[in-house]
Amino acid sequence: MTSLTPEQLASVDAVIAEHRDIPGSLITVLRLCQDIAGYFPLELILHIADGMALPVSKVYGVVSFYSIFSLKPKGRHTVRVCTGTACYVRGVREVLDRVEHRFGFKAGGTCEGGRFSLEPVRCLGACGLAPVMVVDRDTHGGVTPDSACAILEEYK
Amino acid sequence: MTPTMKLDRAGLMALRNRERELLDTAAPRIFCCSGTGCHATGSLPLIETLREEAARQGDGVQVIETGCNGFCAQGPVVVSQPGGILYCKVRVEDAADVVASAGGEPVERLLYRDPSGTAVASMDEIPFFALQRPWTLRNKGRIDPENIGHAIAREGYQGLAKALFDMAPAGIVEEMRASGLRGRGGAGFPTGLKWKFAAASPGDVKYVLCNADEGDPGAFMDRSILESDPHAVLEGMLIAAVAIGSRQGYIYCRSEYPLAIKRLTIAIGQARELGLLGENILGSDFSFDLEIYQGAGAFVCGEETALMRSIEGGRGMPVPRPPFPAQKGLWGKPTILNNVETLANVGRIIRLRGAHYASVGTEGSKGTKVFALSGDVNNIGLVEVDMGTPLSVLVNDIGGGVPGKRSCKAVQLGGPSGGSIPAHLLDTPVDYEAISQAGAIMGSGGVIVMDDRTCMVDMARFFMDFIQDESCGKCTPCREGTRRQLEILTRICEGKGAPGDLRTLEDLAAVITDASLCGLGQTASNPILSALSHFRDEFEAHINEGRCPAKRCVALLKFEVREDLCRKCGLCHKACPAGAVIWGKKQVARIDREKCVRCLACFQACPFDCIE
Repeated sequence: MTSLTPEQLASVDAVIAEHRDIPGSLITVLRLCQDIAGYFPLELILHIADGMALPVSKVYGVVSFYSIFSLKPKGRHTVRVCTGTACYVRGVREVLDRVEHRFGFKAGGTCEGGRFSLEPVRCLGACGLAPVMVVDRDTHGGVTPDSACAILEEYK
Repeated sequence: MTPTMKLDRAGLMALRNRERELLDTAAPRIFCCSGTGCHATGSLPLIETLREEAARQGDGVQVIETGCNGFCAQGPVVVSQPGGILYCKVRVEDAADVVASAGGEPVERLLYRDPSGTAVASMDEIPFFALQRPWTLRNKGRIDPENIGHAIAREGYQGLAKALFDMAPAGIVEEMRASGLRGRGGAGFPTGLKWKFAAASPGDVKYVLCNADEGDPGAFMDRSILESDPHAVLEGMLIAAVAIGSRQGYIYCRSEYPLAIKRLTIAIGQARELGLLGENILGSDFSFDLEIYQGAGAFVCGEETALMRSIEGGRGMPVPRPPFPAQKGLWGKPTILNNVETLANVGRIIRLRGAHYASVGTEGSKGTKVFALSGDVNNIGLVEVDMGTPLSVLVNDIGGGVPGKRSCKAVQLGGPSGGSIPAHLLDTPVDYEAISQAGAIMGSGGVIVMDDRTCMVDMARFFMDFIQDESCGKCTPCREGTRRQLEILTRICEGKGAPGDLRTLEDLAAVITDASLCGLGQTASNPILSALSHFRDEFEAHINEGRCPAKRCVALLKFEVREDLCRKCGLCHKACPAGAVIWGKKQVARIDREKCVRCLACFQACPFDCIE
């Protein structure tokens, strides 16, 4: 273990100990571990597989299958841009293009210096506010290419 | 209320009567929407300020935090009772006036204004509300979803009491069959029949699952129900459990809905405290408990067999049917899976009888249906109408039509498995069979209105992008075929379409539909096929003429101002972020293509469609 601190490791072990005997708890364990570590470096996957007594292929298979799990480190702020149908019809494509152009990163990537990670997400169910952008825990509705860039400037 | 003891049937009745007096008093009450939509427009600080004002003014005004009211585009929404006065886009600064006027003269400036500008005070007179029939959504905006007493005051758990004490399991199934209720998740399978199969399956261990993995983009019915009336869903699951003989249930909810998960967790805790979940429910010998299981972001997990694999902790990939889940489902045991909206109807159906539910609707589609209306429409929000209501009523009367001077081009139903119904077919009634005939599917209830600036080729590409990304990869035709379809559509949008492309798209569609295991693959090509059947000329314009009639496909646009149409208003100049539009007063605008970043800001700004 190189990329995890001893405290993180202890928390991961506590999660594993609590869940290892509950059938079907792998996804719950992964969710809690990602909250602790931020993402899944290979060592963490190996450690979880070992602790849960599961094949590494099973753990990796589940991590790579579901979109909320990340194999890459994230930026300081997570920018989730809704790419559901209502947001698309109301012009989210132009918002994404401008944000990518302005901050120099691509959807699914992290910008230089680790300030933002940009994650397009499938429908957030807030179609009344389309197009919707969520920065960390703040929801911003009715964004335009201009307002989206202005909002992001507020997050350092 | 402070729950102190487990209820029996008489206790439930007594609690209902007590809570009803509290909730239905003539004293002024202010209901403020606290759904996801209104949270984003600032309802949380508003509720806090309303409470402070109520305490400060000291006239005994109650402030009640409710779930989604449905009129999302006008949020934050506040309803003042008595009188049913609706206030729109209420700000923190308005709180003092709202509280002071409760029970008296309405605050004029906050009232809803109809398209002619006339203020309408009473909610019941606004077409958006007046044309609806709130059965499933009967508690929306009327109760505090985090207070079980409110749900009980409005007949919550009375259906359960009736099912437990007055009916046999077979009678419950019969009542559900009589109601004609069909699965509201999209496929429309008769709910009573599903329960009948599971009830007939032998076994001591059976499961009741609730599908709250609302993945269709543009659909937010289930989120709103969970946020505004979680107890209706719990009651539906309990009655299903009585009917099939189950002791354990799971709610599979997508993690993108944190507020719904929070309210469900609270609801489950309160139901347990009152003895409505757990051992010996309402003093009977029936026991049932349930857990929430959070999804992890995979569209295919809305498919029943994939959802069960996901609860078991694995990759959410579908498995062949038969055996059907009613025989062998979760952990290999008989299982029923119903959608949130379906379950939210059950308590009411049992309480008022199936025949009452079936008294509304069409021959094959009974009762009401909740729709999430969004896209290019004035009144975005959640609506519930009788089955058989024409789509035009939904879009034009309830939805208030398309904003600006634009016209409706098509209405998309059924998400990525559905299709688009063109404007000239908007008299199609909402009915499972009629909508299929028009080339779409009823789906889960997402209705996305598209105006004349929407490119149907681009929309087909959008849905294919979604589907190929969400295909789980198990069946090769779906995994590879949808990717090839996306490549072809992307080429067409970039002006590189070839004459045989449409034929290839159709050939691929036939193979993918026939050779895929689950509903995702079987319906994956619907967006393409429906676009081709109604808007083939648009595809041909892209391929044969290198032209995008809706002016959306960037590669096919010239970025030139048509001098004969330009009214010299300068709006394009102001909108351009790159300083590429050259314009002076009383001058025709011109675009410097060296500087242009092709962002389409000028196209959207131009009121006269004069940029080519």
